[in-house]
Amino acid sequence: MSANRSKRRAWIAGIVVVLALVPVLTGSFTVSLLNDIGIGALVALGLVLLTGVGGATSFGQAAFVGIAAYATAWLTTTQGMSPWIGLLFSLLLTGLSALAIGMLTLRLGGHFLPLSTIAWGLSIAMLFGNVDALGRHTGLSNIPPLRVAGWSLADPRAMYYLIWVVVGLACLFSHNVLQSRPGRAIRGLRGGATLLASVGADAYRVRLSLFVIAALFAGLAGWLYAHMNRFVSPSPFDVRASIEYLLMAVAGGLGQLAGALVGAALVLVLKNGLQDVLPMLTQRAGQLEAVAFAALFILLLHFARGGVMGLLRRWTRRRGGAQGPSRHEAAPVDPLPHRTLPARGSPVLSVNGAVKRFGGLVAVNDVSFDVKAGEIVGLIGPNGAGKSTMFNLLTCTLPMSAGQVRFLENDIAGMPQREVARLGLARTFQHVKLRPHMSLLDNVALGAHSRTRSGILQAGLRLDRTEESQILQEAQRQLDRIGLGDRAHELAGSLPLGTQRILEIARALAADPVLLVLDEPAAGLRRKEKMALGDLLRKLREEGVTILIVEHDMDFVMKLVDRLVVMNFGSKLVEGVPSAVRADERVQAAYLGSVV
Amino acid sequence: MTWDVALILLTDGLANGAVYLLAGLGLVLIFSVTRVVFVPFGDIAAFAALSLAAFETGRVPPTIGMVAVLAALALATEVGSLLRRGEASRIPKAVLMWGVLPAIPCLLAWLAARPGVPVAVHIAVAVLLVVPIAPLLARVVFQPIADASVLVLLIVSLALHFLLSGLGLLFFGPEGSRTTPLTSAVFTLGDGFTVSGQVVLMVGAAIVLSGLFFLVFERTVAGKALRATAVNRVGARLVGIRPVRTALLAYGCASLLAGLIGVLIAPVTTMYYDSGFIIGLKAFVAAIIGGLVSYPMTAVGALAVGVVESFASFWSGALKDVIVFSLLIPVLMLRSFMAVHAEEEEDEVDQ
Repeated sequence: MSANRSKRRAWIAGIVVVLALVPVLTGSFTVSLLNDIGIGALVALGLVLLTGVGGATSFGQAAFVGIAAYATAWLTTTQGMSPWIGLLFSLLLTGLSALAIGMLTLRLGGHFLPLSTIAWGLSIAMLFGNVDALGRHTGLSNIPPLRVAGWSLADPRAMYYLIWVVVGLACLFSHNVLQSRPGRAIRGLRGGATLLASVGADAYRVRLSLFVIAALFAGLAGWLYAHMNRFVSPSPFDVRASIEYLLMAVAGGLGQLAGALVGAALVLVLKNGLQDVLPMLTQRAGQLEAVAFAALFILLLHFARGGVMGLLRRWTRRRGGAQGPSRHEAAPVDPLPHRTLPARGSPVLSVNGAVKRFGGLVAVNDVSFDVKAGEIVGLIGPNGAGKSTMFNLLTCTLPMSAGQVRFLENDIAGMPQREVARLGLARTFQHVKLRPHMSLLDNVALGAHSRTRSGILQAGLRLDRTEESQILQEAQRQLDRIGLGDRAHELAGSLPLGTQRILEIARALAADPVLLVLDEPAAGLRRKEKMALGDLLRKLREEGVTILIVEHDMDFVMKLVDRLVVMNFGSKLVEGVPSAVRADERVQAAYLGSVV
Repeated sequence: MTWDVALILLTDGLANGAVYLLAGLGLVLIFSVTRVVFVPFGDIAAFAALSLAAFETGRVPPTIGMVAVLAALALATEVGSLLRRGEASRIPKAVLMWGVLPAIPCLLAWLAARPGVPVAVHIAVAVLLVVPIAPLLARVVFQPIADASVLVLLIVSLALHFLLSGLGLLFFGPEGSRTTPLTSAVFTLGDGFTVSGQVVLMVGAAIVLSGLFFLVFERTVAGKALRATAVNRVGARLVGIRPVRTALLAYGCASLLAGLIGVLIAPVTTMYYDSGFIIGLKAFVAAIIGGLVSYPMTAVGALAVGVVESFASFWSGALKDVIVFSLLIPVLMLRSFMAVHAEEEEDEVDQ
């Protein structure tokens, strides 16, 4: 990776030098175009984070640009305050609006969220044009230019440097965030709320903070816009503008941060180009511009949904982009603190009279059993016996209809799943929930979420580096444990399904669990892999980890577990040591049919 | 506010609601069958209104040019994909379907633009003229990406709206127009309270059309095929329903609804090339009240939106749209609380 990284650094340094020289070498037209690109890129960057990484689409980003622009315009023109106070006021107002809107709408599922963004995007833009204090449709003019230490930034060339420094810092901040604890949670958002809850993170809060960050980037852009143009009116902040920002992010590539810069440049240069070229072809250029623009956008989505950066990435991958070392290597740091595991034999989990009804169907009917520290308990039963439902009840993925579950000293029935995860109950999924586009290392590191603290701000400012190296060291340790240590930087999606299940175990182990609950971990494994898995689970038991396992492979289960709980038709049939269960006539009847 | 005013606002609201109801039905129809949130719906309605206005002033409606261009594009797309698949023998049928069929309303419109043609014919032709628009757009724009996520389809649909409104400006120009009322009758309902015939016509049309809609869906094979595709695409395919064909049928029906809306509102509102967007968006609020799947709830939602809009415009003309769109947020929240979400994987946008 070092060769790759230095190559990338050289690229970035080159771009910075070129950008720094532009105002010296080119005319004012290029400079003001680049200013617009910088402002667009800032908004698009927020969209790449929110939509590309976090999976929540916003058709209302221009409204946040507008809130900030109007906030600073109002404060500096009518109240005569300094633009720097305007900056604080803009960001405060944008952040609070985003928080309020986010709290109202971010729980919406599926396509309802993007639709609601159209609604508030339209409403806010219409408000600007109808409030007397904001100058109605004429807007506010004579906004003062920025001044730094008595030096005016009224000249676009001076503004240029400010804008691009802000863009650079925003990119750096976003890059840092993505390579961190909160960043992994953000990248995990698309895996669904259950995945995040299983590592102790709250998907809603992660999405909300992401939404506010994206809005703050837009707010920053709005503040720059107001003091650059020194005039604001409602039209640049309507839904059409929001869609243009989204277009920038999509055109550049929602998958990468650089997509925001490339996309903003592409869209604005193209727009300018159309304005130059179309008048030569037709007399109705102004009308054709929108048509040509929309047509290009549709073509883009037809043929290159990954945008320019997506194409570039596909191309470099085809050329066999240099593979870095596959392990995560770094100077050793203090390991993350461990939980003290309960004494062997003390109760860890006790289920008492658990009942789950789905309407008239009783999926789990009055099931009780205990799991003690340091043992492996198997939960088996024929298809439809209610094993998976039982599994979801004791991990609190589903609410119980009646009954109690105690985990350690806590009554966990009715607790949110992430709280239970934080108490030390780690799980894997029957239908694997990994992030295919994240590396093995990052997937496992996500598991350590509940053991660490750094937030977005710390991560963005790189104040989380000690903790981050601890997390990565822990993740590498768990990968070594399951025998995938040499493939740490490969993408999880490239693994075969059976191996992905094992990777989920490593993720669960990174949470330093008291109780590990595994849902069919041996499915899809070959014989040797199964033996290795069995050895790993036995080793964990020796270390004092308690394991509850739902499994279909009888051979595997019988050799592994200390005790078995057999379920049939939602009720507990038998509980006991493997040999006794195997000999039990009721179990034989349940699996093979009765003799009579 | 007195009772008289409230009553006037209410009838106004119901008339608006009737329009949103028809538009909402079209949107739900397209969404449930194809997962496309068809934003350009309103634009098509505006084109129908402007076509009728062109007939009234004795001009040949520019819509003909637009339909011809779209038909050429669709034909080229279809022939292209047939050639790629090596099915050149099906080209004549494609020409018939994508080239000749859309040309029929164009020809009719050209004939109807002569003087002395009765108004009823003008209205019928104006509606017929826009019917090919949605299916043609669907063939060119949506069919090649039918498997994309709802989100990508939504973005494309929004871009398509901007493309259409740009074309609208190009073909119809920036002037607005209003057509003569379809009826000048006025009904007096006791105590001096009157209802214009146009309002009665709009509400009546909404009732009749939604009744027809219901009958088609419940009683005909085509309607059942549409419902089947909406419920389960793969399942519908397995029993021999072609998703492409049902999608085209849905687009065609929606286009017809849009055309009817256009001629219904043309006499009461001045229509510009881009007036359709706001109508579409409000119908959208109604459709979302119905969760984009339920027709009866959409109808209730449409009437509610119409009435809220009419009362809102009484209190603050400038902010009426803000009020209507803000209405969407509590509605969405309510829906979200009521719906039990299965754990769904979010759409992947990249790659």
